[in-house]
Amino acid sequence: MTPSSSIASPGAAPAHDEHHDHHPNYLVDGTTIKSWLLTVDHKRIGLMFLFWVLLFFLVGGIFALLIRVELLTPGPTIMDAMTYNRTFTLHGLVMIFLFMIPAIPAVFGNFMLPLMLGAKDVAFPRLNLLSLYIYLAGAMLALWGMLNGGLDTGWTFYAPYSTHTTTTVAPVLFGAFIIGFSSIVTGINFIVTTHTMRAPGITWFKMPLFVWAIYATSCIQVLATPVIGLLLVLVTVENLFGFGMFDPARGGDPVLFQHLFWFYSHPAVYIMVLPAFGVMSEVVAAFSRKNIFGYRAVAYSSLGIAFVGFFAWGHHMFVSGQSTFVGGLFGVLTMLVGVFTAIKVFNWVGTVYKGAVDFKTPFAYFCGFLFFTVFGGMTGIALGTVSLDVPWHDTYFVVAHFHFIMVGATIMAFLAALHYWFPKMFGRTYHEGWGLVSAALIILGFNATFIPQFLVGNNGMPRRYYEYPERFQALNVASTAGASLLAFGFVIIAMYLTYALLYGRASGKNPWRSKGYEWLTESPPPTHNFVGPQPTYPEEPHFYVDPKKAEVPDAV
Amino acid sequence: MQSSVSTADGTVAPVPRLAMHFASLEVQNHAARLGMWLFLATEILLFAGLFVCYGVYRFLFPEAWAASSRSLDLTMGTVNTIVLITSSLTAALAVHYAKEGKNKMVVVQIALTLLMAVGFLVIKYFEYSHKFHVGTLPGRFYFYEGIQLPGAPMYFTVYFCSTALHGLHVIIGMIVLTFAMVRAWRKADFGPNNYTMVELGSMYWHLVDLVWIFLFPMLYLV
Ligand code: HEM
Ligand SMILES: [Cu+2]
Repeated sequence: MTPSSSIASPGAAPAHDEHHDHHPNYLVDGTTIKSWLLTVDHKRIGLMFLFWVLLFFLVGGIFALLIRVELLTPGPTIMDAMTYNRTFTLHGLVMIFLFMIPAIPAVFGNFMLPLMLGAKDVAFPRLNLLSLYIYLAGAMLALWGMLNGGLDTGWTFYAPYSTHTTTTVAPVLFGAFIIGFSSIVTGINFIVTTHTMRAPGITWFKMPLFVWAIYATSCIQVLATPVIGLLLVLVTVENLFGFGMFDPARGGDPVLFQHLFWFYSHPAVYIMVLPAFGVMSEVVAAFSRKNIFGYRAVAYSSLGIAFVGFFAWGHHMFVSGQSTFVGGLFGVLTMLVGVFTAIKVFNWVGTVYKGAVDFKTPFAYFCGFLFFTVFGGMTGIALGTVSLDVPWHDTYFVVAHFHFIMVGATIMAFLAALHYWFPKMFGRTYHEGWGLVSAALIILGFNATFIPQFLVGNNGMPRRYYEYPERFQALNVASTAGASLLAFGFVIIAMYLTYALLYGRASGKNPWRSKGYEWLTESPPPTHNFVGPQPTYPEEPHFYVDPKKAEVPDAV
Repeated sequence: MQSSVSTADGTVAPVPRLAMHFASLEVQNHAARLGMWLFLATEILLFAGLFVCYGVYRFLFPEAWAASSRSLDLTMGTVNTIVLITSSLTAALAVHYAKEGKNKMVVVQIALTLLMAVGFLVIKYFEYSHKFHVGTLPGRFYFYEGIQLPGAPMYFTVYFCSTALHGLHVIIGMIVLTFAMVRAWRKADFGPNNYTMVELGSMYWHLVDLVWIFLFPMLYLV
């Protein structure tokens, strides 16, 4: 089932005809280092992002384990208090800005979006490469600052502490500012690509749901990032020169800092989690072998989340002295996010219902994802209630909540995407048994890490504390044990995926017999994504339901 | 694949290269323009953060802000506003001539724009140096005797942050326009099908102008 051909642009055709007979896949088309570093191919850029994102995940993960080891005993265990502050700051910063935010959009968005739209590349390929290098430049600057002096503010940089601390604030904040720029550039590129590069036949409501999710994410990135960019610059300037913008001693207002910070950082949560929702919509359809239930509802709810996400930031400031009325208002607006998320959850469950479920590794991650999203989401609703948030605020309950919803959901989706699209990206298959085993380990480990944190937080243990009373120890040990299990799961994944990369069986074009648009071309795809002219896609995405349509023929 | 078309003043302008991943020139230009619009939106949001700071502190320190605002040099501000608005006009004319393929006129118009941009910065320089002199400076650098109200240093924090950020944008805009000017001069390749570069540069310049049109009444008038 090759895509039926259609209008080719007269201008584009000749450039393409040069290599007409052999169509090397993008991995082997050019093997010099330079052909990788200076590539404008969105697929190669996606892979390079994958490399860096995984590396930073490793760095953040090591620091997470250090935190957990430190918290094994009530008193000092392996480090002093200042080192601890720097450790959790580095962990949070690296995980948020270097891993979670770019993870799915920059890797899988880059790789899949043009394929799913039948485009030969993103709209601005060179800008796309630039965004990789901006990201790396910002990352290097921030890490350099972290290692030369370190930062002890936590990833939230709360003023006025951050404007006074003598640790290295400026390079880290400026690094984060630069990374934000990369995020904006990627967002603009994806929005323009979605608007202008859809192949004939792909109307807005024939776009795969992953594209919808990336599109909504990009809108948030473009609208929210500039505000934090400005804020980071102001704090840097203030820390260096003492301008007093957020310093109460000079008439500044630290709560204004919090408003501006959360105006970005709350939507940023959806920058991390919306792409995850998109991945899951693809996976759930593919492995239930059913068309997605309520396609339009799922698509619109992404936009809905993106929209209301901008009006919920005040729930981070229930205890900052804002009026009860404002608190209540933000509480209600927060619940609205829950409503849109629930729409998605019900549609996913509706898709699985009476589907012919094919329980492969990505589907295992879907199950974990559903649990983390529902559980994390419910605790979010609870936290959105002012009266409940007051005792829970800044305790481990909050840490557990945001790890469940952001980290849990996003990691599940990241791993599901990695396993689902691995054959597409590399043309090889991995060992299914190991996939399921490690999925089980990771889901278990994650629960074992963070459920004790809910409990210990509910009992009153504050976050970001280096020492704690005796009575919290049992739960902390449990949490550390869970973290080790989690880490073990990741090691196994790294092993069998590396093995698959080198020695895995050839996967064939479409090993899952998926109806996703990206599977219509070869695996791995040729350099310009398709052989011949731009394809047309007559069907809807996730079109599993029409019995008259034959199965995809060349599955393994 | 480069063909050519003749333009109004008789020169022959080459048609721009169509990148292989676009379906047509029209789509390619549409994409460029859409990208630029989105980028400009992010720029406005960047300044919006400062506007929020302005609003909050103005609300907190009404007298100090009124007094500080009066201490600015209204004449210089007004002249600068006029200079900038005029430069927006010449930037727009550059696009007009680029569409007609009159590359020489493009060079002239952009040169005029750049000249006015320099003028703007020179006036700004005089304003700044006056402030450095009398001590109307941000935060801990404030030593002006004239206004002793709490919140006055905050006004100048906002003043310097926003005008400096705007000034930075003026300089970036000048660099962008210079690129377009050199293109028009050296290659003379703007024409009916190929004026996106001038258009985008001038859009950016309009943004710089627009931000100033907000900053001027905010800082000098109200
Ligand atoms: C590998 C498993 C992980 C473990 C065991 C872990 C552990 C922890 C712990 C114990 C804290 C609390 C530090 C404190 O407040 O004293 C924390 C904070 C945090 N973690 Fe994780 N984490 C893990 C993965 C991640 C990931 C993938 C992210 C990505 C977003 C993440 C983001 C954060 C953030 C944003 C904070 C808040 C930092 C702060 O309060 O300044 N974590 N983590
Ligand atoms: Cu929030």
